[in-house]
Amino acid sequence: MILNYIKIAWKVLLRHPFYTFITLFGISLTLTVLMVLTSFVDHLVGSHYPENRRDELLYIQRMAQRDSTRQSTRMGPLSYNFIKQYVLPLKTPEKVGVASMFSFANAYVNGQRLSLQTKLTDAGFWEVTDFEFLEGKPFNEQNIASNDHVAVITDDLKKQYFEVDTQPVVGKTIEVDNETYRVIGVVRGAPVTRPITAADIYFPYNIRKSNYKSPGMNGNFVALLKAKSPADFPAIKEEFNQTVSKIPLPQEDGGFKYYILETSADTYIEAWLHNFFDRPASSIFYSVIAVFMLLFMGLPAINLVNVNVSRIMERASEIGIRKAFGAPSKTLIWQFIIENLFITLIGGGIALGLACIVIYLINQSGWIAKADLTINFSVFAVSLLVCVVFGLLSGVAPALRMARLSIVDALKAS
Amino acid sequence: MIQLTNIEKVYRTSTIETLALNNVNLTIRKGEFASIMGPSGCGKSTLLNIMGLLDQPSQGTITIDGQPVTSYKDKELARLRNQKIGFIFQSFHLINDLSVLDNVEIPLLYRTGESAGKSRREMAKAALERVGLSNRMKHFPSQLSGGQKQRVAIARAIVGQPEIILADEPTGNLDSAMGNEILSILQQLNDEGSTIVMVTHDEAMAKRTHRLIRLFDGTQVADTLVSAGIPAGV
Repeated sequence: MILNYIKIAWKVLLRHPFYTFITLFGISLTLTVLMVLTSFVDHLVGSHYPENRRDELLYIQRMAQRDSTRQSTRMGPLSYNFIKQYVLPLKTPEKVGVASMFSFANAYVNGQRLSLQTKLTDAGFWEVTDFEFLEGKPFNEQNIASNDHVAVITDDLKKQYFEVDTQPVVGKTIEVDNETYRVIGVVRGAPVTRPITAADIYFPYNIRKSNYKSPGMNGNFVALLKAKSPADFPAIKEEFNQTVSKIPLPQEDGGFKYYILETSADTYIEAWLHNFFDRPASSIFYSVIAVFMLLFMGLPAINLVNVNVSRIMERASEIGIRKAFGAPSKTLIWQFIIENLFITLIGGGIALGLACIVIYLINQSGWIAKADLTINFSVFAVSLLVCVVFGLLSGVAPALRMARLSIVDALKAS
Repeated sequence: MIQLTNIEKVYRTSTIETLALNNVNLTIRKGEFASIMGPSGCGKSTLLNIMGLLDQPSQGTITIDGQPVTSYKDKELARLRNQKIGFIFQSFHLINDLSVLDNVEIPLLYRTGESAGKSRREMAKAALERVGLSNRMKHFPSQLSGGQKQRVAIARAIVGQPEIILADEPTGNLDSAMGNEILSILQQLNDEGSTIVMVTHDEAMAKRTHRLIRLFDGTQVADTLVSAGIPAGV
């Protein structure tokens, strides 16, 4: 029976090339945009290189210091001092890594200035992340303890600074902002859209130019807390909250007296949403996203419903025939829904191809450095779900209208 | 087999009411080949549609095999149409997007509990062989002549082996030679036990059936036996 429906759907598609073009164009364009968007969101917040284990990481990215009336607020990343006192001693995380938000520095090659993004990290940073070392190794506790002037650079910087591709550069020196460092490792670079981990060059946090000894709470560092499994997140969050709640208040920091200290250990997506919302993102945010997605899909679907309904009479004879020979209305509703799903899935297939092309072009364009957008399984599953919802949205109303046609009227219509 | 009691059909619009059938009482017996005649607009097709459960009467009751079906819901009516009745229409009503074989298979698609794909195919092929179209199975309706289309329609009507065949002017769109051929097939089906009710404009065709029912302005004005050869069991 389903084969019979699909045959009909296919014939209907072939019978009206213009209608088919309009239908498939509408479906595939919408789905392409959705797929590229979901892929982009996945690129931003999903588990990808070098944060392949984001689902096991909690991030402490910022803190807010407020006065008693909440009129004045100072907000930003943490100081190393704060992390050392209140984060590194936590018992529940498996491992803690520390990194600064990136800063800028200059290096010179043949008189040409290279503007570099630099990052200060501790040894734990390399354990909670999944950098691929093309050469050498990361710096360790020993390097930090002995104040070694070492650096880990990316493959891109290696090419730019040393002007070599395949030859090893570990052991060579690099001069950044008039300081000389020994290259200890070369990693595959990360996209700039991963600000916690992406940089051109990584130094130990205690290099001479670092401000890691600043006594205040605010600074330029973030902490990455690795849990054994996501199930440990509540315990880690609870321990951190308990620790923060014990900090005596009010305190003074750089002339600002604060009575309230707000900071939290968040999953990456929670931390990411914190950048847009002052308070933790609630279910309202997800509802807004869902409504937006539904509207985005809904508008072309309503258009399709319109086109489908206006073409009902063309297929009235078929409906009359099927009913006359024993098709119940419910079966016919399913027939039209299946037909629509089939057409939508064809649109989905085209959209998948188009999305692959668009994503390939984005990755190749250099628009996002080191971009690695992919159509992965979860994105494809979302897209497939979107296809099905889309098919149902645009199929149900015409199907109901068709199935309600009286047999005699339907047969007369032909 | 089919009993219509006090059947009335009124078509209503916002401004006008048209009485299409007025107090029709009729019994079609098993094995009968009956024809319905009358001028255009007298309610022949309406009567056939009501008999075939394609349309609801405004008043009156329909009984099939002793069961009153007037109050049946969509699903039950669909099941009855599927199992007991086969339709042949003047304008064939074939689905142009499906092959001849797929068209003939349609009634079997909606038959629950039997006919898997392969046996459906076999039954559809057998029906097409009966009407002499086994060499046109993969053709599409647009590739057939009028007579061939009507034979496909007959194959579709008989594929599920219904007891009743309702034919609405089956020869109306055909030339006389082709019309005779179609009527011969119907007569043969009747000889094999099918109950047939046929609407026709053609007196000569009607005279080849057993019983002639005449309608005028929605009222049954005559009901006569045409031939002496009344089938057994009547």
